[in-house]
Order: sequence, then structure tokens, then C-alpha cells
Amino acid sequence: MNPEPLWLTFKLATITSVILLVLALPLAYWLAFGKFKGRGIVESLIGMPLVLPPSVIGFYLLLAFSPSYWFGAWIESVFGLRLVFSFPGLVIASVLYSLPFMVYPIRAGLQSLPASLREASYTLGKNEWETFFKVLLPNCKPAILTAFVITFAHTVGEFGVVLMIGGNIPGVTKVASVAIYNEVEALNYGAANDYAMVLFAITFVILLLVYSINNRLLRVRQPS
Amino acid sequence: MSDSLLDVHIKHSLQTVHGVMPMEIALSLAKGQILAITGPSGAGKTTLLRQIAGLLTPETGKIVFEKDVWLDSSKQTSLAPQLRNIGFVFQDYALFPHLTVEENLLFGLPKGCDRNIVDDLLTATELSNLAHRKPSQLSGGQQQRVALARALVRKPHLMLLDEPFAALDYDMRYHLQDMLLRFHRQHQFTMIIVTHDIGEIFRLADQVAIIENGKVILQGTPTEVYAKDPSQTGDFVIFGEVLSCVRQADQLLVSALVENKVRQLTLPLNLASEMIPGNTFTLRYPMDSARVMLIRH
Repeated sequence: MNPEPLWLTFKLATITSVILLVLALPLAYWLAFGKFKGRGIVESLIGMPLVLPPSVIGFYLLLAFSPSYWFGAWIESVFGLRLVFSFPGLVIASVLYSLPFMVYPIRAGLQSLPASLREASYTLGKNEWETFFKVLLPNCKPAILTAFVITFAHTVGEFGVVLMIGGNIPGVTKVASVAIYNEVEALNYGAANDYAMVLFAITFVILLLVYSINNRLLRVRQPS
Repeated sequence: MSDSLLDVHIKHSLQTVHGVMPMEIALSLAKGQILAITGPSGAGKTTLLRQIAGLLTPETGKIVFEKDVWLDSSKQTSLAPQLRNIGFVFQDYALFPHLTVEENLLFGLPKGCDRNIVDDLLTATELSNLAHRKPSQLSGGQQQRVALARALVRKPHLMLLDEPFAALDYDMRYHLQDMLLRFHRQHQFTMIIVTHDIGEIFRLADQVAIIENGKVILQGTPTEVYAKDPSQTGDFVIFGEVLSCVRQADQLLVSALVENKVRQLTLPLNLASEMIPGNTFTLRYPMDSARVMLIRH
């Protein structure tokens, strides 16, 4: 078994999850507590990957990333970067595709905290920024952990979007899910099974860890 | 108005289950006074407290404290809660679950300030030996003490308390009211407390304001307000606290603390279960009958 597709899968999932965590924290805070018009539109856009077939997102991203359209052309002229059939393109697509998996649990975690925690922090002289980092985030650790792992697992399981905009370039865009598809197409069921088993085992262990950690965190918070 | 420390004039639309209710409140308070705010649920008591704290901005109004303008809707100014010199005790305590008792107090300590005040407050609230526990490992009364101590860390000039002792049993409530009075004497802050407990109002407050449907319907000293209450006109009402109770023939001889004086009362036997030392009571002697009634809260 060539470990490259597996390595690529976990590299993609790790980079995507880290980028998303940084993006999702302010976004989730904004959605949870911000007062602004058009929140519904933003929320719906973030949630689109949950309901759309991955091929639709992949198709539009393919058009957007293509140098024959303005966005792709602009990226290429400014950064010298071609996003179609490249790893950076795959990362951007995965970030968009997994956005709701990171944003929604963190927003729900923030909203589930009693408003009085934030208000107590304000009356104790702390600004919004300090309140976010010193009060809100430490108290939604389970939500953040869940969001991170679900995002990671979702990116590992990505197939349609990757195939549409990444193609099948070994070492660049050929992730494990695509490799499995290729092996099956070539009737190499043994090789497909090797990849599939590894993915199955690793994702199962990750989820198991998260749920047991979360259960322990939640138990600590319950008064006896 | 010029002598008062706190002046509040606000107008707001209260969202209630019965629709929108106009709220219009004018209040003044002198330095060092304790004002109790009471009235039915949904009347706007908590809303008023949150507006004074700056956690909620009323539609129009003006709030002045120690000559600082905290809110002036005509000039579009509203000072953030961080900049108002307040301590707020929340109904649900709002302790930070991830911090220990001591860390909860240190959280409120401004940078560069002497941390001795934290140790002093922990000692005064009898929490020193619980300093390293998390709030979830504390009883209700202990949590309330942490909330009280934490609100005092910044040495506020105005303390705002939202039904702070409602969830506690009688002994603990009594104990904490005492502690609060001690802090009040020591730190000389001005205080507004939302409460439903008439005993608490008499024990703590210099002034009481009854709020109904978004308006102050009565304000004055507790004795004035409750004697003036139109629902009790003509009746003689006394509030007190049982010190001792002895049964004598078919009557109860009760020594009670009424308006800071010890009084002897002779009461019917059927009140025996209520006349337990430490309990507070409200008795009503109607004009038109000889029967004493106990008003339950």
C-alpha cells in the first residue's frame, strides 16, 4: 500500500481544521451575539455545504478557481498561484466545504452559556475581547473540541469536492478517498480495502477519544 | 436632586408575555443608602437594575452617579458597564465555572492592584479554606458568598444585587444579610437590591420602591411604604422577627424584634408553627375584627 494518499488526507484535514478554527471563532461569536441585519443570509450561506451535493460546490469552485474566470485569473496574477488541481486549491475548497461543521457547534456552545457570565465579566471591568478569551472560550471547550474533530473527520471523508477541483494527481491532490475510488475502478479490491480499513480505524479512534474526553469534561461541570 | 448620589430617569418599552408595556422610572438615592426594589415578577425590576449597570440601554433617559453622567440619551452617551463603578450580584451567581474561588475574585482585580483585598474578602466571607475549589464543588450559600466577594473586589461605590438570596434557606439568608450589612458599614457603598422578601426589606433597606407595570407606585422607608399600602388601609401591620416563643395557657407569648425594639406580643395558638425563633413574620390586625392574621410571603 502506498501511504502517500493517507498522508495527504491527514495533512489536508489538519491544515483545513486549523485554518477553520481560526476563522470560525470570530465568526461563531459574531453569529451568536452580534446585532446586525442579514444574519439569516450569512447563516444560510455557511450552511449550504450541509445540504448541497458536493459536486455542486465542486463545480462552482472549479469555475471560480479556473484561470479563465476573474477570480482564478486574479489569484494567479497577484499570488502566482493556480488553484485548480493543486493542494492550496484543495485546502480552500475544504475550508468552505467544512465551514458549517466548525462554526455551528462553536456558536451553539457560545449560546448555551448563560448570558450572566458575559455580563459578570463586563461588570468586573473586562472588555469583550478579554471576556471572549478568558471566560467564553474556556467554558466551551467541549464544543470547540467537538467542532474541531467533526471538521477533521469530515475533511477526511471528503470525496466529491476533491475529485471535482483536485483531480487525481499523486502526491498533490490524490487523497485516500480518491485513491480508494481509483483502486475499486481498477478492480484492486485488496488495495481499496487497505485504505478503507486505515481510514475506518483512525476516524473511529478519533471520535471515540473525543466523546470520552467530552463526557469527562461535562461530568466535571455538573454539580454532584 | 442636588443632594442625591444617584439619579435615574428612564423610559423604556418592556417586552412582556402580555405584549409591550411602557416603563417609566424616576429614582434618586442618597450616598450610602440601601434601596430595596420589590414588586411582582415581570414588573421591570431586573430590567431597571441592568439599565443602571449598563448591561441594557433604555430607549431614553438619564442616569447620573456621583456627578458622572452614565447615560444621557439626549446626548447619545452611554458609559459601558466596565466604566461604571459598580458591583453586580446576579441571581444565578454567574461564577466562572472554569476558575477556582480565588481565581474568580482575582479575575475582577484591576491590573497592578494590591491582591490583599482578595485575601481579606475571602477571610471576611469565610471562604479561605475553599479558595482552591471550583464553583461546582460549593453549596448554594458558599457560591453566593463568592459572588458577593467578587462583586466587592473592585471596591465599587454602587452595589447592585438581583434577588441575591432568593434561592437560599432561611438561616443562610439571615447569615448573608448580616454579612452584607457588615460590608456595607465597612465599605460605605450605596446599594440597590431587588428582593421579594419583606423581612429582607426591613432588615436591610433604608428605602423601598415598589414597582408595578413598569412604574414606581410607592417609595419611602419600609414602614412608610407598607403602612401606606392602600390594600392595607386602616389595618395595623407589624413586621418583626421572632426571638422567643412560650406557650401560656391558650396563648403564645412571643418576644419579637420589631423596628429594632424588643416587643412582647400575645398571639393565638394557631400561629405556633410560624413563631419559631429566627423566623420573620408580618402580622395584620384588621380594623373590623379582633382576629390577628399572619400574612405569608
